[in-house]
Amino acid sequence: MAEYSAFSLLKNALTGNKDWKPAWRKPAPKASYDVIVIGGGGHGLSTAYYLAKEHGITNVAVLEKGWLGSGNVGRNTTAVRSNYLLPANTRFYEHSMKLWENLSHDLNYNVMFSQRGCLNLAHTPAQLDDFARRGNAMRHLGVDAELMTTAEIARLVPALDVSATARFPIVGGLMQRRAGTARHDAVAWGYARGADRRGVDIIENCEVTGFLRDGDRIIGVTTSRGEIRARKVAVAVAGSTGQVMRLAGIDTMPIESHVLQAFVTESLKPFIDTVLTFGMGHFYMSQSDKGGLVYGGDLEGYNSYAQRGSLPVVDEVMSEMLALFPGLARVRMLRSWGGVCDMSMDGSPIITTGPLPGMYLNCGWCYGGFKATPASGWCFAWTIAKDEPHAFNAPFTLDRFHRGLVIDDKGQGATPRLH
Amino acid sequence: MLITCPYCGPRDVIEFTYQGDGNRERPQPASQNLDAWNAYVYDRLNPAGDHNEIWQHSGGCRAHLRVVRNTLTHEISSVAFARGDHKVAARHKAEGKT
Ligand SMILES: Cc1cc2nc3c(=O)[nH]c(=O)nc-3n(C[C@H](O)[C@H](O)[C@H](O)COP(=O)(O)OP(=O)(O)OC[C@H]3O[C@@H](n4cnc5c(N)ncnc54)[C@H](O)[C@@H]3O)c2cc1C
Ligand SMILES: [Zn+2]
Repeated sequence: MAEYSAFSLLKNALTGNKDWKPAWRKPAPKASYDVIVIGGGGHGLSTAYYLAKEHGITNVAVLEKGWLGSGNVGRNTTAVRSNYLLPANTRFYEHSMKLWENLSHDLNYNVMFSQRGCLNLAHTPAQLDDFARRGNAMRHLGVDAELMTTAEIARLVPALDVSATARFPIVGGLMQRRAGTARHDAVAWGYARGADRRGVDIIENCEVTGFLRDGDRIIGVTTSRGEIRARKVAVAVAGSTGQVMRLAGIDTMPIESHVLQAFVTESLKPFIDTVLTFGMGHFYMSQSDKGGLVYGGDLEGYNSYAQRGSLPVVDEVMSEMLALFPGLARVRMLRSWGGVCDMSMDGSPIITTGPLPGMYLNCGWCYGGFKATPASGWCFAWTIAKDEPHAFNAPFTLDRFHRGLVIDDKGQGATPRLH
Repeated sequence: MLITCPYCGPRDVIEFTYQGDGNRERPQPASQNLDAWNAYVYDRLNPAGDHNEIWQHSGGCRAHLRVVRNTLTHEISSVAFARGDHKVAARHKAEGKT
């Protein structure tokens, strides 16, 4: 029987909620495993889950330097969508979307996936043409997309300033109705529990400090809790990719670390029931189930590992919000925070075998890797188990940059702060 | 964050445009060394600590500056003109300190 069900809720309520098991154990590390996954973020945990579930590989450790969920999996603004232009991205993110659509059932854990839609606003006819092109590309690959008129948008989001005198008048938008939001902590906890129950050891407060090698081959890691060996070592450390790869003697990567901030306001009555993006700058917003408006904007724009943002970006994000919603001028912001994003040179991720024998690499998530969590783990587990990529992640190699095979959805070139 | 421009003095970061990693070596324009071009365009040191980088004082005197900034603390230990300096070798904090 499912661990969480109406019946188990009732039973535990009657017995004073004393019999719930912790969602994951706190095991001490063993001397060796079949697979070590470095990084207990969303991607590391989902990788372990799918290794166990899809490939029967359960002698696995996830090593997390802090506590589970302390990285970007617990810092993001939870937008989930698959509205990309290029086929490699569309196929991968649509696979993720399909996994999201069944994730709560699959994990027997309510990740509160809410398909409330994601609407990209267009402010010029040229931008609307561009959105039509992207929408057509999506539909061509079987992903839902529809163009909306200003009148339809005004009905959907009554608080928006849709007047012709707005600072940036709205001329239409591109909607993906199956997009939405999910509860990020629940995603981490649900994958952690699912992996733990299948035998995976999740080891917190265990920082990888170096790699054990036999010649070129990686045969394990040194950690703050001792040496641990494994036949396969998988790296899924998002913003810390450069630092961890340096431990393996790889000094340069096609990645820069940049800080992204996010913000949440005091709770309001229902205000907006979709994910909305501004087209004349960088601003997006949704409303949490508690009522807070959750929103964000641009990166800080320069390399940073500071896990906190600066005031100029706060200023910019707030002014973009007010350009769209003048009515929010007096709403108070409750919290803001920052996370370190692994910005790749083309804005697309890397999920691959190598670059050293015995090593597997998952990184380059930029600020869009939360939505990728299910497919990233699913594809990475496949790649680790079979020593070759699945068709969904085959384009996301590390050497694509040097081979002229970049996947640059926005066409920005190798300037990570612009992706 | 304040950057002390050698011409203009301490100015707010919003006056500056970030131009990225200053450790990269740009090949000669006629170079056909693909590896060197690829390394220049795509490969980054991305250190957690002192970072050698190029900023332009685009909202001021427009000079290009070579800045050493700590990516963990944002402490700036050196600012100098980048003029005539296509290649900026990783250099020590103390060097070039204004
Ligand atoms: C403010 C913000 C908003 C965002 N909004 C969205 C959004 O709306 N939609 C979306 O799709 N994406 C969003 N993202 C991006 C998304 O959060 C990330 O791309 C994604 O979470 C990265 O994967 P992860 O969950 O595995 O990373 P993390 O949770 O960061 O996991 C990496 C883990 O590795 C651990 N680690 C690092 N070094 C070591 C070591 N040496 N040893 C052991 N462990 C180590 C870290 O402690 C960390 O827990 C946002 C990001 C930020 C910062
Ligand atoms: Zn100046």
